[in-house]
Amino acid sequence: MDEADAVPPEEEPALIHGAVSGLSCGQLVVYPDRDLYVDMVGFLYDDGYRMCVDLTGVDYLFDLDRPLPAGVTPERFEVVVNLLSTETRQRIRLRVQSPEEDLTLPSIFLLHPGTEAMERETYDMFGIVFTGHPDLSRILMPDDWEGHPLRKDFGVGRIPVQFKGAPPAR
Amino acid sequence: MSDLISETAEGAQELQPKARTGGAEYMRELGSVLRIPNLPEGVEEVATDDDTMILNMGPQHPSTHGVLRVMLELQGETVLRSKPIIGYLHTGMEKTGEELTYLQGPTNVTRMDYVSPLFNELVFSLATEKLLDVEIPPRATWIRMLMCELNRMSSQFLWLATNGMDLGAVSMMIYGFRERESILAFFEKVTGLRMNHNYIRPGGVAADLPGGWRDDVLRLLEMFPERLDEYDTLLTGQPIWQERTQGVGILTTEECLALGVTGPLLRSTGLPWDLRKDEPYLYYDQLDFDVIVGTYGDSFDRYAIRLNEIRESMKMVRQILDQMPAGDYKVQDKKVTPPPRHRIDESMEALIHHFKIFTEGFRVPEGEVYVAVESPRGELGCYIVSDGSAKPYRMHIRGPSFVNLQALPHMVRGGLVADAVAAISSIDPIMGEVDR
Repeated sequence: MDEADAVPPEEEPALIHGAVSGLSCGQLVVYPDRDLYVDMVGFLYDDGYRMCVDLTGVDYLFDLDRPLPAGVTPERFEVVVNLLSTETRQRIRLRVQSPEEDLTLPSIFLLHPGTEAMERETYDMFGIVFTGHPDLSRILMPDDWEGHPLRKDFGVGRIPVQFKGAPPAR
Repeated sequence: MSDLISETAEGAQELQPKARTGGAEYMRELGSVLRIPNLPEGVEEVATDDDTMILNMGPQHPSTHGVLRVMLELQGETVLRSKPIIGYLHTGMEKTGEELTYLQGPTNVTRMDYVSPLFNELVFSLATEKLLDVEIPPRATWIRMLMCELNRMSSQFLWLATNGMDLGAVSMMIYGFRERESILAFFEKVTGLRMNHNYIRPGGVAADLPGGWRDDVLRLLEMFPERLDEYDTLLTGQPIWQERTQGVGILTTEECLALGVTGPLLRSTGLPWDLRKDEPYLYYDQLDFDVIVGTYGDSFDRYAIRLNEIRESMKMVRQILDQMPAGDYKVQDKKVTPPPRHRIDESMEALIHHFKIFTEGFRVPEGEVYVAVESPRGELGCYIVSDGSAKPYRMHIRGPSFVNLQALPHMVRGGLVADAVAAISSIDPIMGEVDR
């Protein structure tokens, strides 16, 4: 693919700031621990990754045995953060494992204020709680919605409409 | 006090003094709490709750480009804090995307940014192809570029139209839609639909360009330069237009990078960041074009950037016309591509193959990938996780409108309500993409 050629060849992926890294379709991916996550974003910020392009989540409920590099324990949820350096024109992706039992992750709002809405969306869709976020509330779904729609155990179709003031069933 | 109680058909109604209906009373209403982080230490609050009024603008307000609701905290006519409230058009497209095969995926994503649908299809197809690791024939790539640049033009024309209408240049609305219409007529000829084309698909494009397409494109290219000069006369040099847009909704490069803002908003601050130049995809590295940047980061710069991007796109379309090669318009990999229509009539195997691809779809190797393209509004990204089946395990679209819209509070703070309209308009939010 022409896009892969545009990315300058990386040297053998190894530890990046103490976290396992790897290549996915030619793209650089880092797998920091949850405790290391905010520090890692800070280190990368100092490396020039000044823009947080995207932050989203994935629910791996049905794909728990996905391939991951050695040393990374697969958990049900993953938070995926795409960082961009406009100076070196490089991208890096962070995949942070978040266990189902304790679904919290520190917010990177202070470093990247642009993640405010994205973290809200991830909370809304997956129920991942970002501690330190200034206003963690639903953003796309109605405030009184129950459940988190993008979780794999949230069914599609045939759910009762939960909107306020909906007329009762006849 | 007695003159505050008035008799109405529904009985006596008490009119509250204005101070008691403002601020805190409104904030108690469900959903109208202006949840904005408090000011940092050392920064003084400009006004207390009693001096300010919360105004809900939208979701039916005509200048919010759809169903955007903006909460504005006003002191007199000045906007203090504000917050865009979204979700009114949320239809769960990312969830739907998990239920559709890769071949059906473009029908879904094309409805997100309905003003530039081809870019959604493109980014989804590029991500899928990257996972599949297939090589797309050159003609398909050039067709994609041709269609995308035309789509960029139609999108910017639509923005010129709606932006003109928001700021009172109502005739611009008619002109902008007229130009867009001529491009959509060409799209209809090529794809069969004016919007939501489902034309760019994983593996190439849905159909080859129809006969006479070159003349159609040349006719468009002949028509537009003159029309663009008319817009210059109508808007660019016009004092009222300049008054309404210059110095309105200013962002700096630092703010844009911190907020993740891309596209014309970022370029208006002077940073020439354009993925077509900086991370070339398709064959953009073979084209000669300029990245338009602004200086002040205000609404006028964004207007100028979008106007001149139409000119750049025309330059690109001319080069694409010269370079368009002959050949296949989709990849000849039987795993991905259905057999041509005429083979179905003569071959049982082709019929089975066709049926299999359109019902089961093709399997995509396990992996995850993030691909970004430069849409008219900024970086349009697609993150796909594949578990090896025929449907994406997770499909996430990074919409530029969604992220850019979050810069609104920074743009309108300290300005007037009328300037807020200009600022919203200059972001060019497409609510279908914001809410997805």
